[in-house]
Amino acid sequence: MIDKEYSSVASAIADIPDGATVMIGGFGASGNPIELIHALIDQGAKDLTVINNNTGNGEVGLAALIGNHQVRKMICSFPRSSQSRVFPELYKAGKIELELVPQGTLAERIRAAGAGIPAFFTPTTVGTILAEDKETRQFDGRTFVMEPWLKADFALIKCETADRLGNLTFNKTARNFNPLMCMAATTTIVQTGKLVARGDIDPERVITPGIFVNRIVEVSDPVHEDILIAEGRSYP
Amino acid sequence: MSTGWNREEMAARAAQDIPDGSYVNLGIGIPELVAKFVPEGREFIYHTENGMLGMGPPPAEDERDLDLMNAGKKYVTAVPGAAYFHHADSFSMIRGGHIDVCVLGTMQVSANGDIANWSTGAPGAIPAVGGAMDLVQGVKHIFVITQHTTKTGEPKLVEHCSYPLTGPGVVSRIYTDLAVVDVTPAGFRVVELAPGITFEEVESKTGAPILPPG
Repeated sequence: MIDKEYSSVASAIADIPDGATVMIGGFGASGNPIELIHALIDQGAKDLTVINNNTGNGEVGLAALIGNHQVRKMICSFPRSSQSRVFPELYKAGKIELELVPQGTLAERIRAAGAGIPAFFTPTTVGTILAEDKETRQFDGRTFVMEPWLKADFALIKCETADRLGNLTFNKTARNFNPLMCMAATTTIVQTGKLVARGDIDPERVITPGIFVNRIVEVSDPVHEDILIAEGRSYP
Repeated sequence: MSTGWNREEMAARAAQDIPDGSYVNLGIGIPELVAKFVPEGREFIYHTENGMLGMGPPPAEDERDLDLMNAGKKYVTAVPGAAYFHHADSFSMIRGGHIDVCVLGTMQVSANGDIANWSTGAPGAIPAVGGAMDLVQGVKHIFVITQHTTKTGEPKLVEHCSYPLTGPGVVSRIYTDLAVVDVTPAGFRVVELAPGITFEEVESKTGAPILPPG
C-alpha cells in the first residue's frame, strides 16, 4: 500500500545530510514551509545549498536557517528585501555564496530538471553581465543563452490539501515555486494544512499529482512568516 | 517656470497608450499607479509574476488574505475572472511573448532602448535581479516611467547606460515628468511635452541627442 504519511516534521526531514542541495518553496511570505524549515534547524544539517526565490525575512524560516550557519550557498533571484537582514550581513562578511539567477530562468531550470531536460536556451540575460561565460546559440537570427537544469536532493514544500498518495492542492499565490520543486528533487517532502483520504480530492482539482511527492506530514494551522515577524519572533 | 507632470499624471499618461484588452505587468513604484488610471471603456488584465492573472487593488487591512500577494510582496486582491498558476506557467506568459505591455521604472535608459534598472554595479552591493531580465526580453512592449533626471540632476535618458544592463534595445517608449519620449532608429524623439515644458528644457536635461516632436 502506498502511504507517504509521516507522523512529524522531525521524522520527515531526519535524513537530510550535511552538504545536501535543498529546494524550499515559497515566494516572499507566502507558500513557505516554515515548520519543515524549523525542523531542519532543530536537526542541524550543515553546508547546505538552498534554492529559493529569496533569502527569507526577519529571523524565522529560511532567514533563521541561514542565520544558524547551515547554508553554504544560496541560489535565488532576489536575495534582499526590506525585511531581510540575515543574508545581507553574512554575504557582506563573505560567509555565504550566492548564485544569482533571473526569476524566470530559475523557474524554468527547476521545471527542466523535473521534466528530464538537461538544458534549454533563453534570451533572458543576453547582453548583460549575467550572461558572461554562458554558451550562446542563434535561433531564427536571435541570440540565446544556454541554461542547465537545476536539481535537488530534497524539496521542502507547503500545500493546502494532500491525500496519502501525495496529490496536492495549493491556495492562491502560495502555489508559486512549490509544484515545480516537487518535480525536481530526488526526495520531495510536503507539509500540508489538511491530510484527506484517498479520493477526497477531485482529480480535476489536483495541481501536483502524487507521483512527484515522497513524504507528507500534516501541519494544521501552519504559521505565516509575516505574522511571526509582526510578533517579533525568532527561531530557534 | 516649468510645471511638468507629477507621478500620478505620468502614470495616467502611460495608461492612455495601453490598448483595450491588454495583458499588463506593472513594475514596482510609479508603474503601480498605472492601475488607478484605466481609461474609460478599456479593460486591462494585470499579471503578477508570482502566479496570478487578474490582480486587483490592495485589500483593507482586516480583509487581507495571507496567501494572496503580488511580486512586490504586498497583499492584493483577485478580480472576478482571475486565475492562479505556478511560476513556470507565469514566466511562460512572460518569456513566451503572451504579455502585451510591461511598465517599468528605471535607473537609466539609452538612446537605442537599452535599460539598466537592476543594479548600480557598486562594489559590495548585493545583486538582486528578480524577474526584470525575463520581462524586458519577453514582453511585447516595454514602457518606462521615470523622472527625467536623478535627484541630483543627472540625466536618466543617456547615450549609453553606465550601469549594468537589464536588457539591450528593448524599450519602446518613456514617460517622464517632462515629456513622452519614443526610442526610434534615429534615437530619442519627443512625442509630447508636459504642460509648461519646452523642448529646449527637455533637450538640456537629456544625456543624448533628442529630436523634437513632429
